[in-house]
Amino acid sequence: MSFFHRHRGLTPYLLLGPGIAWLAVFFVVPLGFLAYQSLQSGNFDIGYAFTWSWGNYWHAIRDYHAQFVRSLEYAGLATVLALVISYPVAYWIAFRGGRWKNLLLLFIVAPFFVTYLIRTLAWETILSDNGFVVNTLQSLHVLGSSGRLLATSTAVVTGITYNFLPFMALPLYVSLEQIDGSLIEAAEDLYASKLHAFLRVTLPLSLPGVVAGTLLTFIPAAGDFINAQLLGAPENHMIGNVIQSKFLELTDYPAAASMSFILMAGILVAVAIYARIVGTEQLTGTAT
Amino acid sequence: MSSIAVPTAREPNFLATVLAVVRRHVLTVYSFLFFAYLLLPIAVVMIFSFNNPTGKFNYTWQGFTWDNWRYWDGVPGIRSAIFLSLEIAVVASVIATALGTMIALALVRYGFRGRATTNILIFLPLSTPEIVLGASLLTLFLNLSFVTFGFWTILIAHIMFCISFAVVTVKARLVGFDRHLEEAAMDLGANEWTTFRKVTLPLTAPAILAALLLCFAISIDDFVVTYFNSGSEVTFPLFVWGAARIGAPAQVNVIGTAIFVVALAAMLVNVVFQRRREVRA
Repeated sequence: MSFFHRHRGLTPYLLLGPGIAWLAVFFVVPLGFLAYQSLQSGNFDIGYAFTWSWGNYWHAIRDYHAQFVRSLEYAGLATVLALVISYPVAYWIAFRGGRWKNLLLLFIVAPFFVTYLIRTLAWETILSDNGFVVNTLQSLHVLGSSGRLLATSTAVVTGITYNFLPFMALPLYVSLEQIDGSLIEAAEDLYASKLHAFLRVTLPLSLPGVVAGTLLTFIPAAGDFINAQLLGAPENHMIGNVIQSKFLELTDYPAAASMSFILMAGILVAVAIYARIVGTEQLTGTAT
Repeated sequence: MSSIAVPTAREPNFLATVLAVVRRHVLTVYSFLFFAYLLLPIAVVMIFSFNNPTGKFNYTWQGFTWDNWRYWDGVPGIRSAIFLSLEIAVVASVIATALGTMIALALVRYGFRGRATTNILIFLPLSTPEIVLGASLLTLFLNLSFVTFGFWTILIAHIMFCISFAVVTVKARLVGFDRHLEEAAMDLGANEWTTFRKVTLPLTAPAILAALLLCFAISIDDFVVTYFNSGSEVTFPLFVWGAARIGAPAQVNVIGTAIFVVALAAMLVNVVFQRRREVRA
């Protein structure tokens, strides 16, 4: 008998061991350290001490509630926009893509092949004050003659929407692609109008994709600070910007750590509300 | 009489046809507009890699030049940043894919205590905002006095956030795997290790390769987690970030375009292979 046969019960643990250990030490333990840090007091020069300083959380909310709310607002808006923009295209590829499906999917993920920061800088160019977008909008009088897009909330939401669009489009496509076309035909045979068939058959069946896409877009978007930094003005800054500067510029670690946890709590609450609306089965269905 | 009746009868018909055509193609037209929107920033990156900016800012078109491509490393620091990014991406993707493949094998092949916990542990890093991943790892390293930030801290971080992606990619393939092939090999006298080497590994190779490429792409593109854990080391995204504050040089667009073209070529080859396999199947 080989080693593997005699110790069959052990094999899965040997396979799991190294990877799980890595995640435990460099993902779970750090979260513990972050929690520990968030309850410390002191400052960088005299050092920090653990004092159960819950005040850090209270101060973070008192001083930065605007940034917290803005993060959820921008992320929510970008998620809805991404959903509305990409659903018709996911539908088109799934039902009309034919033999071009793979190639079209490649186009969908194409933005990912350009470094995140560089494609955000490209939006800075597109939306810049003398760019053709601003000029066109000005000549159409949508924008005043001194109006601008850069350094506005519009620019930040545009950037976030664009950057996370593939995260929305791909799960939408996957769930639409799995729909059995004969179900839609059956609905139409039973005298449902095209719109009715879509609303009663296609849309509900694609809901798992909507849920997955929404979570995949909303969660990273809420923690983003790159778009707000490069495309927005200070009054468009999100909580990510604050956490980033508290950690790396102001070395106010306890404040930054407590904000990280408030951000996660905020995301959890938003996801929970969303789960109540769409139904919990959909959410756990995508999680497994 | 009929000469009057015909146009009145035809006109609504004609209109209806036009409407029907528009309605039938409205989705197609919209989709093309969508792709134009999606590819617009990429086109901007490419076009501005040939710009000849007069000042510091590469925002407005000044004139065509090959110089940025010819002197792609003509900006101090860009060369070492690219090589550091490549080095980290290669090492991180190999290690993360190895660890992730092992986890995927265990999850799909074996029933064991703690499966549910393992699944959650794999899922959690994927659903945690990057800034929290970066910040928590930073706090860990800050609290361990012997850690110096640099190559190793970046590498540790990249392996950490790549593992889950590798697991998910390989697992998807293993789930649809015909176990009879392995049983056949064992029946013919191969031991477990030989079966793994000669049957399991070749059949999962495409998934492992896909995981490797995905991890490489995620690692080389990562900014947030790296920014928190890099110390004074500069990867390519960090270089872009630093340069953006004072006006990014056109060479940034050159490298961005190059990465895009290489990645696209790799994916196109993959699509062609997939199609060939489908045709054969």
